[in-house]
Amino acid sequence: MAQNAPPRWDRAMHLRLARGEAAALGELYDRYAPLVHGLAHRVLAEDAAADAITREVFARLWEHPDAYQPERGPLRTWLAELAHRLAVQRLRSTAPAGAAAARGDGGGAHERDRPGDHAGEQLERTVHRASAAARADYIVESMPVSLRAALELAYFRRRDCRQAAADLGITEDEAHRRLRLGLQLLATAHGSGPLDPPLGYDTPPDPADPSSNPGRTT
Amino acid sequence: MTDADHPQHPNGPYGADNPEKPNGSEEPNDPEEPNGSDHQDGSENPRDRPRCNNRDDRGQWDDQAGLESVRIPMQRTPAEDGGPLRGPAPSPWPQAPAPRPARRQGRTPEQFSHTALRSLLGAWALTACSPREAAAVEHHLGDCGSCAEEALRLRDAVGLLHPAENLDLAPELRPRVLAHCLGRRPPRVPVPDWAVPYEAETARLDALLKDIGGAEWHAPVRLRWYEHGRRVSRRTTVAGTVAHLLSVDGLVAVALELADPLGADTPGGLGPTKRTEAYWGASPVPPTCLVRLPWREQSRRLVRTVSFLAEEAAEPGAAGAPVSYGDFVLPLPDALLERAFECWIHAGDVAEAVAYPYGPPAANHLHRMIDLAARLLPAALARRRYDRAAPARAGAHARSLRLEIEGAGGGEWLVPLEGPSGPASEGAEEVAHVALDGVEFCRLAAGRIPPQDAMAGGTGDREAITEVLTAAAALSRL
Repeated sequence: MAQNAPPRWDRAMHLRLARGEAAALGELYDRYAPLVHGLAHRVLAEDAAADAITREVFARLWEHPDAYQPERGPLRTWLAELAHRLAVQRLRSTAPAGAAAARGDGGGAHERDRPGDHAGEQLERTVHRASAAARADYIVESMPVSLRAALELAYFRRRDCRQAAADLGITEDEAHRRLRLGLQLLATAHGSGPLDPPLGYDTPPDPADPSSNPGRTT
Repeated sequence: MTDADHPQHPNGPYGADNPEKPNGSEEPNDPEEPNGSDHQDGSENPRDRPRCNNRDDRGQWDDQAGLESVRIPMQRTPAEDGGPLRGPAPSPWPQAPAPRPARRQGRTPEQFSHTALRSLLGAWALTACSPREAAAVEHHLGDCGSCAEEALRLRDAVGLLHPAENLDLAPELRPRVLAHCLGRRPPRVPVPDWAVPYEAETARLDALLKDIGGAEWHAPVRLRWYEHGRRVSRRTTVAGTVAHLLSVDGLVAVALELADPLGADTPGGLGPTKRTEAYWGASPVPPTCLVRLPWREQSRRLVRTVSFLAEEAAEPGAAGAPVSYGDFVLPLPDALLERAFECWIHAGDVAEAVAYPYGPPAANHLHRMIDLAARLLPAALARRRYDRAAPARAGAHARSLRLEIEGAGGGEWLVPLEGPSGPASEGAEEVAHVALDGVEFCRLAAGRIPPQDAMAGGTGDREAITEVLTAAAALSRL
């Protein structure tokens, strides 16, 4: 449902939020809260922290609807970026040097730190792994259904290529192609470190930062 | 290399909605050839040999991380531990460096071209190759640096696959997030408080429906209710249940002059049962998962419309025309509350059919639903008396029953026993006191439990208690 939302939906939602329609906020939450919460949870591996990020992401958009500009890209992407960025920020700020190792036990995303490393490096590694894991989730969710279905069959249901091809009604060659392409996309999750807001996006204002411009740049 | 092989996301990984076709091309041609050299069907390209044989050279042509410090990880951990790995044991490459002579001896590798082997890398990384293919790939990795590099990258990517976690958000999160938002910026068009339970319950059911699979939409559901004191039921499916909600929510849509989901030429005045049967009967095939969208769209339209109506209305609660249910009428706020109640109850039916946990509404919403049922009780009592042609208790003084609802959303209500037109309950004699849990009371009013099975504690006039519990069950219908 949430995928391939027509930009028309984004535009209409933006207008309704700007008009202060509470019903629109509810619809927005219903569509994107699982995505936002899921990304935050992948980074932070903790329910309460993911809840807090979710609250902040929706509050920022509701408070400053014009921070999002539909012509610059999908709302889904904008929300995912913001969720990811806030979650990584929170991970950094709540994992002070030395405490980083303790953060590794919540979810599969975090690496146990090796003894002998500097705390700063440990934190960077934790952040990188958590960040990549969250990106990977987003990539899997956003990839075309054909690729995702092939990956799910091969990985989660442990079908081999022949079986997966039969399940999907495609040739084995096509199954090979989809698995490879899917993994190639997934590998991009290891890309750059902490996320910058993508080109063309205004950064939603940070209420803690008085110098931040509430998204009026054009 | 092509973009399809190394998808470029100018906006980062979140920048592309459809990352498969960054440039409209999805077929990888020759991914790993920065100089555009072509490996054709295993032909020995002289330019490749030094690369493949001399790992120290890799830095020149491989822009990925240095391979010296890394090695191909072991084959992936299966999604569920404990199952046997498919395929052969992983190649210990590069620790076992040289099956290369085998190549010259002309066994496996000749059966697969470089291109074919490269196309197998994804399947290999996922351990989804046949044993023969896996052996050929592993053999090839010892020879071909570009494939080895990609194999490493893909195997690494497999480690990023996780089962989706946290599919279900805690239902309490929604009101908390929305309240936080609305606290930071008050809405110009709020959802009226009497519509909030409907908004919340439809959102909750939708979240459940989103997660259920294709076959589960056809899981059998038995809808139960009371008619003239008898328990009746009707078989349908999960999709049929949602179609029922869509049809009856349509009563509110009609009252608001929105589109009728049954079609514009549906006769007016049909009650919930007739409308549901009309909807079920209009299609030769039973409802499918496709019913979710019109149901959801309609529920959102209703919330949106009543929000604007309430905003325009002079006094709170005066918004909109009353909603006709065929043989009775409810004011719009009560109708929407009634629809919230039905949505919860039927969501419970759906959840039970697909073996999913489903909790009660938020306490403040539950309280409103109980209050509505308590307010409808006197009319139900009167109807029962009418049905049995019981004589009015001539000359008798007014009586009432104290209904005490325990648990979240509970409270106390005085139910006049002489019908809605009877004397005001203040002066009435309180002849009985009945106490039961809020959810239990709602399930009783929904016809889900028979009155004699309701876990109610009571004191006073037993007959009055039985009357009220039976009348509560009689509030139910399809």
